[in-house]
Amino acid sequence: MAAIAHPDRNFKYCLISPAIFLLLLVGLFPLIFSLVVSFMRVTMLETDTSFAGLVNYVQLFHDARLWQSLLHTALIMVIALPIELLLGLAMAYLFLDRLPGRQLLVSLLMLPTIISPIVAGATWRLLFDNRYGPINQIIGWFAGHPVPALWTVNPGLVYPAIIFCEIWQWTPFMFLILLAALSNVDRSLTEAAEIDGARFWRSFRYVVLPAIFPVMSIAILIRGLDLFRIFDIIWALTAGGPGTMTETISVYTYIQGFRQFETSYTAAIAFLVIALLTVIVTWAIRRMGLAK
Amino acid sequence: MKGVPFHRRKETKLVLRYLIATFLVVIFVFPIYWLFAISFKTPGEIFAFPPVWYPKSIQFNNYAVLFKDGDAKTVGNSLVLSSVSTFFAMIFGTIAAYSLARFKTGGENLGVWIISQRMMPPVAIAFPIFLFYVWLGWVDTYIGLIILYTAFSLPYVIWMMRGYIEEIPLELEESALIDGCNRWEVLWKVVLPMARSGLFATAVFTFVFSWNDFLFALILTRTEVMTYTVQVTHYFGGQSNFWSKIAAMSVLGTIPVFITVATLQRYLVRGISMGAVKG
Repeated sequence: MAAIAHPDRNFKYCLISPAIFLLLLVGLFPLIFSLVVSFMRVTMLETDTSFAGLVNYVQLFHDARLWQSLLHTALIMVIALPIELLLGLAMAYLFLDRLPGRQLLVSLLMLPTIISPIVAGATWRLLFDNRYGPINQIIGWFAGHPVPALWTVNPGLVYPAIIFCEIWQWTPFMFLILLAALSNVDRSLTEAAEIDGARFWRSFRYVVLPAIFPVMSIAILIRGLDLFRIFDIIWALTAGGPGTMTETISVYTYIQGFRQFETSYTAAIAFLVIALLTVIVTWAIRRMGLAK
Repeated sequence: MKGVPFHRRKETKLVLRYLIATFLVVIFVFPIYWLFAISFKTPGEIFAFPPVWYPKSIQFNNYAVLFKDGDAKTVGNSLVLSSVSTFFAMIFGTIAAYSLARFKTGGENLGVWIISQRMMPPVAIAFPIFLFYVWLGWVDTYIGLIILYTAFSLPYVIWMMRGYIEEIPLELEESALIDGCNRWEVLWKVVLPMARSGLFATAVFTFVFSWNDFLFALILTRTEVMTYTVQVTHYFGGQSNFWSKIAAMSVLGTIPVFITVATLQRYLVRGISMGAVKG
């Protein structure tokens, strides 16, 4: 026991140093670099690198578009995350018991999650097309007349479009995790077919839910963080439009940095985002005991 | 349901569940079917109104165009970047995970710091990295993106591999040490073979994460090392006449992932949940 637990110091640091070096190189070093830049006034045209104090950080508080983009991000998260969770949970129950061809069906459900979000966005752009897409065609069958809905342009429809795509791609992720978690719970407690509604809900509330809660909260954390940084799907579907209506914090940061070339200001936005997330993530990890 | 024999009730439930399950699968798979279908359609079929649901004949013209124009080379770029960075991330990540798992290097704080690196939104990191890369001259180079993807995959690899390594019984390593192996030999001859299935699963996900990346590639590539995800977005125009290219390029970029995942499918549930579920 003692032999393996007490290596010479060199060995254990030798093993971990390449990883730490890389993480510092692309994690910490650019952050310091941009922290310095955020106190300057650099833009595409302005290369003056004298210090300007907190001017960029003050501007953050007056930037309505920034706070709206945070609001858009929160809106998508608040709607998509509970739907993904509940739908994923319901689907996990559906697939929990014996089902012919279960393995194949579960594998097929996995497909949306493993494709690139940019491809998912592109696919839904094709599906949502007002004239040549099948979605309006299907709605038209029910409506009895052609429906030329402009899903990615109409202000009333862009959020449903984004959220549909998001739910389609990530509900299977919730489903797979919750299916695995439910499979580890005692069969007699989860067998919904055997017991009536009231008893089912009671056993779910007091036995099953506490059992799957640790796994479920990690899934919620992972998806919550992913939704906070949502970019690809929106970029492919609406690119933040119409106007700035679907601009999330990631899209806004990208536009400020790489379209408007507001170098110093973008660095300040990046820091606001990092500060917000560091606090939340550190709290969540410690809270959930994920560190262990 | 009173009066219906118990086994009949169970059968009805099974049929009902089966119907709902199949219906759900059809809904979830349909968008992918549509993407594949468009890639095989002729322009006339793509822009038919009302839309046609399947191509009359399978024709590969949409793909041939991508190869003729050289756009298909972006899939090759994705392949080089993802596989090389996965290779390095697996090596550096696994030895770091071994250090964390066996020697508790840096205590619990180092582990938390490493996983927190993974949780940063790419766009917040991307801008500082862009400034840094401009300064280093690494924009639009293989080395720049390989280092970035490697570093970005490391927290995931370390996190997953630490879990797998902790499950290996310590006694095996001790007896190997007593038999005269040095520590590197223990790692190479005992730990890695024992963690093989974990290594596969982690490598698949590392590969898929890098393969699916869009934001870093968008910011840090121009022409030389452009990936297929960036290439797809170049077909989005004011007019939708590049549909065939969007679909064909998306399919080209999706097939390698489908093949990889299909071959290693049974390992993947644990990998997808970052080790939250053992199994």
